[in-house]
Amino acid sequence: MVHPSSPEALQPPRAPLPEKLVSWGLWLGFGLLLALSFKGAQMGDLPLLGRNWDNTSTYLRDYLHPDLSDPSTVAYYIREMWVTVQVAIWGTVLSILLAIPFSLLCATNIAPSWISFPVRRLMDTLRAVNELVIGTAFLVAVGPGPLAGVLALALHNTGVLAKLFSEAVEAVDQSPIEGVRATGGTGLQEIVWGILPQVGPLWTSFALYRFESSARSATVLGLIGAGGIGQVLFDNINSFNYARVSAIALIIVAAVVLIDLTSAALRKRLV
Amino acid sequence: MPSLVDVQSLSKSFALKAQGAAPARRFKALDNVSFIMDRPQRIGLIGPSGSGKSTLLRSLSGLIVGDEGSGPVTVMGRTVQVDGRLGAEVRAARADLGMVAQSFNLVGRLSLFTNAALGLLGRIPPVRGLFGLWTAEEKQRVMQALDTVGIADKASQRARTLSGGQQQRGAIARAIVQDARLLLADEPVASLDPVTARKVMELLVHLHEDRGVGVIVTLHQVDYAMKYCDRILALKDGKIVYDGPADGLSADRLSEIYGPEIEQAYWRDPS
Repeated sequence: MVHPSSPEALQPPRAPLPEKLVSWGLWLGFGLLLALSFKGAQMGDLPLLGRNWDNTSTYLRDYLHPDLSDPSTVAYYIREMWVTVQVAIWGTVLSILLAIPFSLLCATNIAPSWISFPVRRLMDTLRAVNELVIGTAFLVAVGPGPLAGVLALALHNTGVLAKLFSEAVEAVDQSPIEGVRATGGTGLQEIVWGILPQVGPLWTSFALYRFESSARSATVLGLIGAGGIGQVLFDNINSFNYARVSAIALIIVAAVVLIDLTSAALRKRLV
Repeated sequence: MPSLVDVQSLSKSFALKAQGAAPARRFKALDNVSFIMDRPQRIGLIGPSGSGKSTLLRSLSGLIVGDEGSGPVTVMGRTVQVDGRLGAEVRAARADLGMVAQSFNLVGRLSLFTNAALGLLGRIPPVRGLFGLWTAEEKQRVMQALDTVGIADKASQRARTLSGGQQQRGAIARAIVQDARLLLADEPVASLDPVTARKVMELLVHLHEDRGVGVIVTLHQVDYAMKYCDRILALKDGKIVYDGPADGLSADRLSEIYGPEIEQAYWRDPS
């Protein structure tokens, strides 16, 4: 039997004052942060964008006439683009191979904190250092060319993927793992049969996403002499040959869009 | 011949965080629990929510470790845990223990066949188990187990595509593949419809009667416990308050365990 309560006793719950104060404080802090960063980020000069429009439009106009007249040059660009994609492929695959063990060592539900803490900091470091910076170090080690790009991408992406992979591992449902443990399986068998099948689709999706991003980064790596279409692009920028730069940019955009679309379609099927 | 299960003065407490006005405290889920199963029986573990049923059951396979100073818990003569630590033979003990849970504990993305085959993990060389290299004879055993529970035709389907009742039978098939001598079932019928629930309970009776498997099952439905079990262990506030035959469980006893409203739930006068 349910006893009807008086309307006073049926007040809907209200957030207590301390909780409200914390929430207001957080918003106030965020506002202050934006105000403090205004000068440092030179946001006051935003009107320059409109004032300098003439110069900008002249510069952009040079790009409107891509030089696609010589088929052999276009074929050369496409070959170099393919080199860049190959750099991205190997860079991503190597990073996946490295990220798998590191992500398991980062995951707090698998590794004890005295292992996960230092490994996480190592991954933070790899992630924090840009591919371009890592790339310059590898240029010294293996000389200019695509391999330096592959190694730079592999190392940086290991840091990124290890973090993403480990977060997926930390979010897995524990009950299938317990199911494997309860049959007398070893720790490694728990990972292989209980965790990997659960994180498989998500890991693949993350890896494909990083491949898309690597294909874009691999282009920029050409700047420091890591081969591929990026190098051709920057050579032409430096010689002010904007018609060629424009043609190369078109090929890059087409390739990146193609890769993104294919990868997005694959990811959609997986998750 | 060692007892199937021997639990001596097992206690387990959990730390509860302070919440609002309630201070942090320790909650005693199990308070000095002892019992012995010296021959294969069907034990029904009953008691109100939070009485310690699941904690006791999970302690038997070492998925939960008791407090310091409690135990030992032995299964078929092997120490699962003692003094708040897992025993050295816990994996060997688990290999003889089948575990069935309310949430089925199957790996959703793996086929029903693979899930049932995971019952082999504790019995075959670890490397073979790691890569899922089952022998022809083992594969046959898995199919026979699936046939015993009546779902051999679903072997190739992913576990998550199966109904709750089919998944539960899959978990039981895994225990059969394990050749488990003791089956621990934690609320195996809590999320099943009455018809499917009855089939699953009958399957447990069949395992006990035809294969000599000892069964310990936690149940919220007292009528199921009285119908399908030959011995009842009733827990209240972490203590055993009844240990005896199912037919010795009087209405008065049940009122003591669950409170007077249990009579309305089960013995309501139709007039």
